[in-house]
Amino acid sequence: MKHSQREISGWTAAIIAVVVLSLIPVLWIISLSFKDPGTIGDGNFFPTKWTWANYSGIFKQSIFTDALRNSIGIAAIATVIAVVLASFAAYAIARLKFPGKRVILGASLAIAMFPPISIVGPLYNLWREIGLYDTWPGLILPYMTFALPLSIYTLSAFFREIPWELEQAAQVDGATPFQAFTRVIAPLAAPGVFTTAIIVFIFCWNDFVFAISLTSTPAAQTVPAAIASFPGASQFTEPIGSIAAAAVVVTIPMVLLVLLFQRRIVSGLTAGAVKG
Amino acid sequence: MSEIVFDHIYKRYSDGFEAVKDMNLGIGDGEFMILVGPSGCGKSTALRMVAGLEDISDGDLKIDGQVVNQRAPKDRDIAMVFQNYALYPHMSVRENMGFALKLAKTPDDEINRKVNEAAKILDLEQHLERKPANLSGGQRQRVAMGRAIVRSPKAFLMDEPLSNLDAKLRVQMRTEISRLQDQLGTTTIYVTHDQTEAMTLGDRIAVMRAGMLQQVGSPNDLYATPKNLFVAGFIGSPSMNFLPGEIDGDSVRLPIGTLPLTDEMRRRLQAGQGGTRRGVIAGLRPEHFEDAALVPDRSRGATFKARIDVLESMGSEYYAYFLVESERVSSRELEELAQDAGATDLPHSGSGSQVVARLSADSRIQQGAEAELWFDSHHLHLFDQEHGHSLLTSDGGNQVQPAATQPTTTT
Repeated sequence: MKHSQREISGWTAAIIAVVVLSLIPVLWIISLSFKDPGTIGDGNFFPTKWTWANYSGIFKQSIFTDALRNSIGIAAIATVIAVVLASFAAYAIARLKFPGKRVILGASLAIAMFPPISIVGPLYNLWREIGLYDTWPGLILPYMTFALPLSIYTLSAFFREIPWELEQAAQVDGATPFQAFTRVIAPLAAPGVFTTAIIVFIFCWNDFVFAISLTSTPAAQTVPAAIASFPGASQFTEPIGSIAAAAVVVTIPMVLLVLLFQRRIVSGLTAGAVKG
Repeated sequence: MSEIVFDHIYKRYSDGFEAVKDMNLGIGDGEFMILVGPSGCGKSTALRMVAGLEDISDGDLKIDGQVVNQRAPKDRDIAMVFQNYALYPHMSVRENMGFALKLAKTPDDEINRKVNEAAKILDLEQHLERKPANLSGGQRQRVAMGRAIVRSPKAFLMDEPLSNLDAKLRVQMRTEISRLQDQLGTTTIYVTHDQTEAMTLGDRIAVMRAGMLQQVGSPNDLYATPKNLFVAGFIGSPSMNFLPGEIDGDSVRLPIGTLPLTDEMRRRLQAGQGGTRRGVIAGLRPEHFEDAALVPDRSRGATFKARIDVLESMGSEYYAYFLVESERVSSRELEELAQDAGATDLPHSGSGSQVVARLSADSRIQQGAEAELWFDSHHLHLFDQEHGHSLLTSDGGNQVQPAATQPTTTT
């Protein structure tokens, strides 16, 4: 396929437009985070007076550092549990024939699409009753509700791509079913598992609805919820600079995660197993 | 080193479909056995039952005299080469080949020694550290073979190992497999749908159709004395021509002329039930035709005239195609073969039967012209019109009758 010069320049322009449009809000936040309180409302895209004060400020507040710790802990635990449980389920769905397989997948998809806001109210009351309000498990549990079906759905799609014959080849080679799984299937499934883990982690990391409703103190408050309750310098000033700095800080781990595992996420690791 | 015995083996699926029916087959120590048949005949299922990848519904599968029906694949000590190789993509060639030994907890230096040895046999030495994705089709195929031979297992099972290679490489690998099996002397079961592969590779061939064994024998046996229409039509390339015939005393009347029956044929026909049958199906192999001008003594056959529609030159020989005015021979076996070859899609020219004759390269026959051809009646095959069994094989055809006559229940 040959593209004309006009086609190429057209596409380039369109892609640049999309990239710029999606990056402007991010750049705006970054710009805000470097402005000092006096010029924060001046509307300039580039800060006139650069300052690190917003960054050093938020790390001095325990409300932010505690929230960062909570965010990392809760998101990591929820991700690990969800991915481990989901790999078992997805493996069964991809490999075995059993009645209700499609129902399970359908239900997973339906639950993953369920609007979180609709269960927040009942959960709030329930958590208050049974003492899960404002605790780590109190957030991990509802995250699992959404992360698990999402993981099952993505992982079963990945597992289906692994050639079934590899497992049989391993068995004939003398492997037990468990060895076939750990030595042959698991390494091939790794990219899928990483991808799923990243998606789930980002979902937990970004959640605001559950975090703001089911937590109230630094004991379990995550970063998105904590940012919303940042105190201003005085009662009458909005802590815009701090919020912008915090937003930049919590975005960095996401960017790093994706960059780091980008190579693992690329599909095509199964190339060469079977012909065609 | 071991024997494999199929003792009344059945494979039934939950929907009642029988993929393998009452299979009885003994494979001797060190023997190269070929399971051949059209797709869906149950040959791969039979192989996978030996490997333990498929449950056995009924009957006993014995390896070295022991029933292994319930043994897991890993406890059967057999190696399998899969049609699409099934190499582990995350392992190097060396790791792929050594995987089985590693699982068996063989010491590292011994694994290395065995892998190097196998790599040398298969000419893979310079590729040992590469990943399967970076190998060509032929190299992948050799790695799959290597994975089997490093283990020195009781038996090799090969499931159409060459079908993914291009034609030239396939012929080359065929020779290589043959030499390898000879060298190692390991019992081998080889599944293929390609009759050429079957004929060239095996010590013995088992022809299967619709889950049933049709005939087991050496390549020459199957070629010279096929027990029924199916085996006759399947073995040999180009395949046997079939024409309706009528037995009339000492001769058989065919659309191409009257052929004399030999004494041996008469004796066999008499031994079979019915004695002098009237209607038969005659089988004529292409190679038993000849340009009449090149035959010094025409008395042992029949000479006839035909208009050659197409003449293909192979260099070493000619394939001459001509039509014979006759009713088409109809038989379920032959239809099945035609279907498997995809020939049912071809348009039929006229109402006659097409016949292929293989003629000497010295022939002066021209395409589109009338030619005088000769057929050697000593090589005539005669089959029962209704049941399709051979009327000339020494056992009279009675024993294979069930295999050929039962209505097929293919899905």
